[in-house]
Amino acid sequence: MIRLTDLHKTYPARRGSPEHVALRGIDLDIAAGEIVGVIGRSGAGKSTLIRCINLLEMPTSGRVIVDGTDVTTLAKRDLPLFRRQLGMVFQHFNLLSSRTVYDNIALPLELAGASKAEIAAAIDPLLPLVGLEDKRDRYPAELSGGQKQRVGIARALSSNPKVVLCDEVTSALDPETTRQILALLRDINKRLGLTMVVITHEMAVVKQLCDRVAVMDGGVIVEQGAVDGIFANPQHPTTQSLLADEFLDFKPGVPSRAASPASTSIGQEG
Amino acid sequence: MWSTLLPILGQATLETLYMVFASLAIGALVGLPLGVLLATSGRGELFEAPVFQKTIGPIVNATRSVPFIILAVAIIPFTRFVVGTSIGTSAAIVPLTVAAIPFIARIIEGAVREVDGGLIEAAHAMGARPMQVVTKVLLPEALPAIIHGLTLTAVTLVGYSAMVGAVGAGGLGDLGIRYGYQRFRPDVMAAVVVTLIVVVQAVQMLGDHLARKADKRNI
Repeated sequence: MIRLTDLHKTYPARRGSPEHVALRGIDLDIAAGEIVGVIGRSGAGKSTLIRCINLLEMPTSGRVIVDGTDVTTLAKRDLPLFRRQLGMVFQHFNLLSSRTVYDNIALPLELAGASKAEIAAAIDPLLPLVGLEDKRDRYPAELSGGQKQRVGIARALSSNPKVVLCDEVTSALDPETTRQILALLRDINKRLGLTMVVITHEMAVVKQLCDRVAVMDGGVIVEQGAVDGIFANPQHPTTQSLLADEFLDFKPGVPSRAASPASTSIGQEG
Repeated sequence: MWSTLLPILGQATLETLYMVFASLAIGALVGLPLGVLLATSGRGELFEAPVFQKTIGPIVNATRSVPFIILAVAIIPFTRFVVGTSIGTSAAIVPLTVAAIPFIARIIEGAVREVDGGLIEAAHAMGARPMQVVTKVLLPEALPAIIHGLTLTAVTLVGYSAMVGAVGAGGLGDLGIRYGYQRFRPDVMAAVVVTLIVVVQAVQMLGDHLARKADKRNI
């Protein structure tokens, strides 16, 4: 579905900041219907990578093939049409505060010139899918973080895309809400057969959501493969340290310093 | 005495409102697209046009740095060319509009720049064309700030319209200067001042109300 070939991205030097090389030769194949995670620390280039897929960032060199078309050759005026085939979900939701839940989800369809009836036909089944039937006429300011992200997901699905790009979609959410959102994405992937590219810095997200994972560091993919294999036998030091972060949180029997006062107070209340 | 004063005061108030809202409307018509362009024509932005940015910015600043009373006198030939006369309420709308355009443009520019960049990125990701980013995202999201800015402009224009009274425009300023000041009628002057305060209060309250209604960020 998506094939990235020898992708490079260099941000030219500007006043105050030197030239920055974000991607140094990325090769990645993503099959239709699969969920691929791209994990790395801040500055590894994963945000740039996902933005090169829908050409929010234009790669300096290399090819981006989506559904058989090399989209880097598209004329600038054809980019909006191409982008309408991809949905994107963001870390900070990026909902319009001036629009209700329904109107936010309708926006991609409005942009494509859909009629009111077409919009209603597309959104009515989406609201129950993401569990927002009762929030239809609410404004984002009235929603919790998890509900806002459900709107973000519904909006990404409304134009019936083949691919959904997820950019750190749970990084602004608490652990319980994160689990719910990841379960929702997994469910949507199964039901609609969508291809998903998931950017994250948390191994837990990869573990719960992805089929395959690519580990990034310094603008290159240092290791990639099936999630089970990578977790069982991490080869690269970056992968090992990302996994070690994960185990630090779940170290059995040894409460971390932050957790211990909370557990004490719960004990006292009980 | 009040029976003769009241009709004059009413007439002058209507003239002031006419001058303020006519110049506000025309000013917004020109200032709105100008402000959007000022906010979006920088490098790497929606309507990249560095030459426009570099030339229009200083022109806007220059217009804003000329004291209004001097601007009103200086452009009398232009006013005569547009309206056919430089005296009267309609003639006053020309300098008021010329002063309002850069004022509004800067306010719209500021309001549009305040819109979260993440929303613009999301709009692009959804396949919005540049004009759609403006009409579907930037302007609706900036609307509360735009209403506040237009209210500020209207209040400023009430003050300016009193100044054009000095060059024969009519309205409350004209009434205050000719009757209150030149004919030594402190009662007329007081009535003019009170009316101006009421007009400004009413404009401000209307603007605040509309801005609150448009703002969905705190519900």
